[in-house]
Amino acid sequence: MSDLKHQLQNVFHEPGCATNRAKSTETRKKGCTKQLAPGAAAGGCAFDGAKIALQPIADAAHLIHGPISCEGHSWDQRNSKSSGPMLYRTSFTTAISEQDIIFGGEKHLFHAIREIVEKHDPPAIFVYQTCVPAMIGDDLVAVCKAARTKFNRPVVPVLAPGFAGSKNLGNKLAGEALLEYVIGTEEPEHTTPYDINIIGEYNVAGELWQVKPLLDELGIRILSCISGDGRYHRIASSHRARAAMMVCSKALINVARKMQERYGIPFFEGSFYGIGDTSDSLRQIAQLLVDRGADAELLGRVEKVVAREEARAWAQILPFRERLTGKKVLLNTGGVKSWSMVAALQEAGMVLTGTSVKKSTAEDKDRVKELLGNDAHMWESLAPREMYRMLRESEADIMLSGGRTQFVALKALMPWLDINQERHHGYAGYDGMVALVREIDRTLANPIWRQVRKLAPWDLEAFSTHSAEEFV
Amino acid sequence: MAKVITSTKQCMTNPLRLSQPLGAALAFLGMDRCMPLLHGAQGCTSFGLVLLVRHFREAIPLQTTAMTEVTTVLGGIDNVEQGILNIWKKTNPDLIGICTTGTTEVKGDDLNAYITLIRARHPELDDVELVHVNTPDFSGAFQDGWARAVTRMIEELVEIPELGTRDARRVNVLPGSHLTPGDIDELREMIEAFGLIPTFLPDLSGSLDGHIPSEFTPTTLGGCGVDEVHGLGSAAWTIAIGAQMRGAAITLEHRTGVPYRLFERLTGLECSDKFMEFLSRISGVPVPRRYRRLRGQLVDAMLDGHFYFGDKRVAIAAEPDLLWTMSMWLHEMGCQIVGAVTSTMSPLLEDIPADEVILGDLQDLEVSAAGADLIVANSQARQAADRLHVPLFRMGMPIFDRLGTAHITTVGYRATRDLIFAIGNTLMAVDHEPTQATWVRDDMELPQSSSDFNILPS
Repeated sequence: MSDLKHQLQNVFHEPGCATNRAKSTETRKKGCTKQLAPGAAAGGCAFDGAKIALQPIADAAHLIHGPISCEGHSWDQRNSKSSGPMLYRTSFTTAISEQDIIFGGEKHLFHAIREIVEKHDPPAIFVYQTCVPAMIGDDLVAVCKAARTKFNRPVVPVLAPGFAGSKNLGNKLAGEALLEYVIGTEEPEHTTPYDINIIGEYNVAGELWQVKPLLDELGIRILSCISGDGRYHRIASSHRARAAMMVCSKALINVARKMQERYGIPFFEGSFYGIGDTSDSLRQIAQLLVDRGADAELLGRVEKVVAREEARAWAQILPFRERLTGKKVLLNTGGVKSWSMVAALQEAGMVLTGTSVKKSTAEDKDRVKELLGNDAHMWESLAPREMYRMLRESEADIMLSGGRTQFVALKALMPWLDINQERHHGYAGYDGMVALVREIDRTLANPIWRQVRKLAPWDLEAFSTHSAEEFV
Repeated sequence: MAKVITSTKQCMTNPLRLSQPLGAALAFLGMDRCMPLLHGAQGCTSFGLVLLVRHFREAIPLQTTAMTEVTTVLGGIDNVEQGILNIWKKTNPDLIGICTTGTTEVKGDDLNAYITLIRARHPELDDVELVHVNTPDFSGAFQDGWARAVTRMIEELVEIPELGTRDARRVNVLPGSHLTPGDIDELREMIEAFGLIPTFLPDLSGSLDGHIPSEFTPTTLGGCGVDEVHGLGSAAWTIAIGAQMRGAAITLEHRTGVPYRLFERLTGLECSDKFMEFLSRISGVPVPRRYRRLRGQLVDAMLDGHFYFGDKRVAIAAEPDLLWTMSMWLHEMGCQIVGAVTSTMSPLLEDIPADEVILGDLQDLEVSAAGADLIVANSQARQAADRLHVPLFRMGMPIFDRLGTAHITTVGYRATRDLIFAIGNTLMAVDHEPTQATWVRDDMELPQSSSDFNILPS
């Protein structure tokens, strides 16, 4: 456990995080996870977060060392896409038994790694620690080290057992594993002055691919995306990028900051959600590359593409205005998404009833105020009961949220749209924002709403007074 | 007689097995005004929650004691206490079902003692039933957890009946975890048609059938009420469905003297006949006309459908009771069971009509399904089915890429009839049409010109 403890301290001491900087030494030591309330907690564990962050590495095998719950309940769930290898969608677990708990699970784990090597011959294997083997003291680092030597390939220990903390912490612990064992261990075949890393983008529903054509057009090469549509070799050689964009604001900040520290790769925090934000991100990428020696004409080309794409996107959103004007949207998500989608929704004529600012930074909250005015409703967390009430009483016409709260809206007979990780539509970049508006329109315009809200005939007051003759 | 083989693989690949705590939690979800609470790290709950939400397309009440590294090592009594109190304050349930997980089992948290202490400290909780069940996820599987939770509810909640309170019309039904809300509804209709009054423990048809509540409830809404469980002892009979429920039925019999009859499955003509015969015998009511007609429809469907089932090669991966149900019935329809993969031990496995039954994973299924005509398994077998180009008929849990999973029914004449149609249509859709090349063999010495066959108009 000393490795884990060490990593936890490492992660909690994150100078790149504004919230963390504002803390005293004492509170910083306690870490950034709120104490979870038994019986009133929601959300995934550290292992969940680690797997989310690394499993998009598509050509690697991902082996979960733990009892069946950890992997058996969670595999084949996230819709993170690969353009090539599919090994990441095959689920591997030791599914440890009582025997392992009594005698230790290290040998079992080692043999499991051997089987994966023999059957699938992957370029690398990520091995995830979970609560039970962490408790009984299985030394994951030692097993991975032995396997690395024996099978002559990277075998990466990921020390993020569920009880270490939240999903967000697990993201960061996964980042630590990459920093310690992967990044900087290989060299790219070639480099260009236009090489970037995109950090914290998982290519859910193929969102990376909504942006990639624009980068391709600009001649900007994604040296490595960490970790969407990822390949082991490319992440291992990502330290040669010229600049980096950190996408999911809080998840992998440690990776972005330490890569800056170790390899001098400057980064900025950006988002591909929203039209203005996509443009800003493209500009910032270009600026960082130019600062590091790329030809300054890139900036001009970016402006051209941005102008073309923005005009096109706004023009595509315009036709929806008539139908969407005045529609009230309840945005229940977190982080950058609490504001980055707002502009496009407003442009389509919609009104934001409120937004949740769970996981959002101070800057995120300022952006919300800027966009919605000072009396904008912001919730740290919105109780399902309150959500239900707001929808039921028509304070909102549609809720955009993650799958967890889907049925709060649907059971209130109100339209709902998935904007979190299990969705099947990509909403990134210019086309993505148009797609979002189109989806909202499609959802709101569905003729079922009028029908399902009607009472059954026998629930109408007039029902008892009907006489049979009326039906003749 | 099938040979039962435990996979010797060290690396489980594409797991079929779901855990005991999740099975137990689902059993508690069939209780009215209940909140299941998993005693473990919060991931144990959130993974299970997402899985159930995606399967049922319903809100799922499920809480966690949110164990951390420190509380795990020191023991989780404070977390259990806080968890129960928080749930009690926020959701005011009738029942909290507490399921342990691997972590708290390895530590050895003594739930029995914890609850005794918590009860002593908090008299305000007297109105809430607390039932705990030991469900380590490093042994057993989903259906074991379900059966254990039902057994524990019987032990904790069923009152010893007073003499003379037995009601000849009342019947307890203990459905296995492989039955859907739709199955429970179907069973209720059948039993009520004989003038009998069934009580289902648990009753997923009340809670997870997809109804629209009139207001927001944080607990389950609908299902078997705690009061109903108290009174199970005054029924005349207990019907258990699926071999997994035998233990629960015996526990109920020992506690209350209510005799039980176990039906290992209710899919197929003969086993549905036996069920009807039993209901008629215990009620003294002749089989209603409606079921006589449905039986005729099933016989007709068997006649129409057998062309498409005969000799078809089917590979099935499912928990033991569902594997038993589907393999026996498909065998009765003329199919060959070329692959049988399951998650946990059951006395039925040896009698499954296949050469071998593997306690394994979906990779084992993929191996045995090569060259098969049909795979029957949950949605997670979709990758294997795609690779093999074999159609997948989705059954079991989780099914997250199809609608209506709560209403897939397999019990009785009507459901069997509809299964023939659904599976028969799947098989019909992939029936191979002959081409000119079908009868050409490698060992034939064909003249050059015959290779032209593929340019002839087809």
